Amino acid sequence: MATINELNERIHAGSSEEIVAEYLERIDSSKLNAFITVAKENALARAKEIDSEGHEGSLAGIPVAIKDNISTKGILTTCASKILTGYVPPYDAHVIERLKEAGAVIIGKTNMDEFAMGTSTETSFYGPTRNPWDTDRVPGGSSGGSAAAVAGSEVPLALGSDTGGSVRCPASFCGVVGLKPTYGVISRYGLISYANSLEQIGPFATTVRDVATLFDVIAGYDARDSTSVDKEVNYSSALKNDVSGLKIGVPEEYFGEGTDENVEKTVWNAIHTLEDLGATRVEVKMPHTKYALSAYYIIAMSEASSNLARFDGMRYGLRTEDSDWHTTFSQVRAAGFGDEVKRRILLGTYALSAGYHDKYYLKALKVRTLIKQDFELAFKDADVLIAPTMPYPAFKLGEKIDDPLSLYLADVDTVPINLAGVPSISVPCGFSHELPIGMQVIGKHFDEATILRTAYTFEENTDFHTREPEGF
Amino acid sequence: MYDNPDGVMIGLEVHVQLNKLKTKVFCGCTTDYHNDPPNSHVCPVCLGLPGALPKINKKAVEAAIKVGLALNCKIEEHTQFYRKNYYYPDLPKGFQITQYDFPISSGGHIMIEGEDGEHRVGITRAHMEEDPGRLVHEGTIDKSKYTLIDYNRSGMALLEVVSDPDMRSPKEARRYLDKLRNILEYLDVFDGNLEGALRVDANISIMGGQRAEIKNISSHKGAERALLYEIVRQKNVLRRGGIVVLETRHFDEAREITMSMRSKEEAHDYRYFPEPDLVPLKISGWAPAIKETLPELPDARRLRFVEQYGITDDHAKALTSELKLAIFYENVAKKADPKTAAVWICDVLKGELNYRNLTIDSFKKEHMLSVIGLLASKKITEDGAVDIIRTLLDKGGSPDEIVAEKGLLKVEGDIVSTAAEEAIKENPQAVADFKAGKEKALNSLVGAVMKKTKGRADARAAREVLLGKLG
Ligand SMILES: [Zn+2]
Repeated sequence: MATINELNERIHAGSSEEIVAEYLERIDSSKLNAFITVAKENALARAKEIDSEGHEGSLAGIPVAIKDNISTKGILTTCASKILTGYVPPYDAHVIERLKEAGAVIIGKTNMDEFAMGTSTETSFYGPTRNPWDTDRVPGGSSGGSAAAVAGSEVPLALGSDTGGSVRCPASFCGVVGLKPTYGVISRYGLISYANSLEQIGPFATTVRDVATLFDVIAGYDARDSTSVDKEVNYSSALKNDVSGLKIGVPEEYFGEGTDENVEKTVWNAIHTLEDLGATRVEVKMPHTKYALSAYYIIAMSEASSNLARFDGMRYGLRTEDSDWHTTFSQVRAAGFGDEVKRRILLGTYALSAGYHDKYYLKALKVRTLIKQDFELAFKDADVLIAPTMPYPAFKLGEKIDDPLSLYLADVDTVPINLAGVPSISVPCGFSHELPIGMQVIGKHFDEATILRTAYTFEENTDFHTREPEGF
Repeated sequence: MYDNPDGVMIGLEVHVQLNKLKTKVFCGCTTDYHNDPPNSHVCPVCLGLPGALPKINKKAVEAAIKVGLALNCKIEEHTQFYRKNYYYPDLPKGFQITQYDFPISSGGHIMIEGEDGEHRVGITRAHMEEDPGRLVHEGTIDKSKYTLIDYNRSGMALLEVVSDPDMRSPKEARRYLDKLRNILEYLDVFDGNLEGALRVDANISIMGGQRAEIKNISSHKGAERALLYEIVRQKNVLRRGGIVVLETRHFDEAREITMSMRSKEEAHDYRYFPEPDLVPLKISGWAPAIKETLPELPDARRLRFVEQYGITDDHAKALTSELKLAIFYENVAKKADPKTAAVWICDVLKGELNYRNLTIDSFKKEHMLSVIGLLASKKITEDGAVDIIRTLLDKGGSPDEIVAEKGLLKVEGDIVSTAAEEAIKENPQAVADFKAGKEKALNSLVGAVMKKTKGRADARAAREVLLGKLG
């Protein structure tokens, strides 16, 4: 695993192309199935250009992998779905424009749960991604390809998207750092929507510093996204090894039934480490946490049922045999979507239907308001909240995929953060039976600086992030 | 009082394309596509490509508020966009961004010329939405083997103006449409001559039945025809003891009939929910400034014309029913006698234009002024003036050229006088009859004068000269 700083020394000596070639080779010989598309020629050409012409950007010559639900001009973008077979976007997402301006080299598109609907990267049309710590286990999801690629040293940096934990969950399972920013901090222009009101693009790296560097590049106002917020902050400068006086709230609701004993113990140890470094612990109550999961799934599925209506085979993607419009359209969707996507479209359609709209969708919105209030109250006393990212370490491939409900339950600690729109970062904080455990540091709206500082201080004083999976 | 014997209730939903805006409602594509190839004014947003996001065009919101104010509506504090979910190939996202709760304006009214004088039609709401693309069928819709889709129109700003069911006859519905279009043109938000600029859905019921919604009406005349057909149809159903059911019907413009649509297309649950990609828009502060910019509207202009120019209300109404005509009139009335101008523009020019299917753009203000000038200086006759106007419309040229070419200059008074004396001398019988009290005999003498002057004399003047000489 190499950090940006380490790579920069070689890049300044003019060997970006060499670095990119090394990563390409690792991807090529990998058994993880972390990538759907490898942009080999483009990446090598761009690296060569940077070597010969030089580039002032903060990511000049650094390879970055992109989750396959982010639009990349000229590079296949599939959302890991059969329905987007052959779809090559004619435009770049806002974050891709920013990365290119910063000199980054787009190395490929990473595997994910189909349309970001999943917690294990098993619903991909392109097959599951494997966890580098134990290739019989899932990398988490839905941004499993991005997290596994970073953990498996196939790329130093990657982008994912987090609708209900899709950056933090795989970061936790793969032992890397992943950030879900405040809603509105990163433009969603070009992110293929699963649930618009909940999701944000987020960075992955092996260290908090690299996450902050990547975050600095992609964050910021974009007029094309009406929910984008006009705030320019330099996050890297917030990285100080200092938590003295920091008030940490520990919501006991996040350590509830179903939480693995080792996870609970490990996260508490991490909290004690921060206390030893000068932080203090305050009491917080988040009584509506138990309703978050139901509200999350109703809102996400409702929005998804509408967002995914555009995939009808008329303009791009999969096209089955032509018949009349109703038939063709039904055939395309029947053949193009996987089971989990169909399940969510059906449930979402149901929740928005006349007669059920108030009972489900409206009620979920009300719960969302209560969850937001929980956070507002908690942040009156606490500067950050700390909780397990996932209730348990990575599970086995196939272990839960036939039991959707138990898979949904895995998101119990991550979804409230998306409902509230606050930022949260998952950092490695220990191991259980050789599998990484992540803790999440949750912050106030737009207070990424404090959670980055907390995570950085923890990292500087521990060595969990330096461990690498064997054989990678 | 109009007693509305069949209990007709008509409400209209009019989709107005705000086609005078420079760009579409949620993207930067230009609206000036009418002469360009299909799918040449499109981008990721209006094509609904994965990942593209809508961005509200503030000018479209301003135009919508302007219309709301002109329709005497209340402008909402906040306005919100919703998704209307349904599948159709012209709809690239599988939903239409429209409004539901918190429409931009509601609760207004306009006045129309009703069956029994001034009639008030309530405006339920006027809300914004995006236009879908345009489907082009090969041949007819039911026999076509394929359909082509043009997304140039996709994402054009639409305003849906929904009326209360206040119209009591097809004629009133047509007058409502005329008035609405008139107001929109005054506001300079809309060019009614462009394809798809105005589309109408009509709701109609008669006493004893439920309402039918008629879709696919694209002209004012079409609306009147569709509604006339529908009243007859509904009356026939009731007369035969049947039931008029709640349904959606399709207007076949060529055959001038309405047809029931298949139930598959009818049973919609649009699953409205707030568009998460557009934040609620606080517009309460916008209205006062926009109100300042509102132009004089047709009703106000009509009253002013009567007052300022002393013309009749009928003339003022006719002149203000079209913005360009009103402007034309005012330009002429500034330099000529306003009453004469009103008479010649309303009673002559407008008729000649209508007859030729032309608009006021086809006639020059300067020409109207010369014609009125020639009349005022008594150089031409009224018949000559009509001749000039017709010739200008048919062949072009200038009034002076036409006068010279056609010898329309009115003859001198003494020539008329001489002709009158000759006529009296040559027609003793007519003179005798006239003196014996047969007033009609004077007509043959006038005819003789006209003949002698080859029609260049003014008939009224000839009559007076004859009366003088006979008296
Ligand atoms: Zn466009």
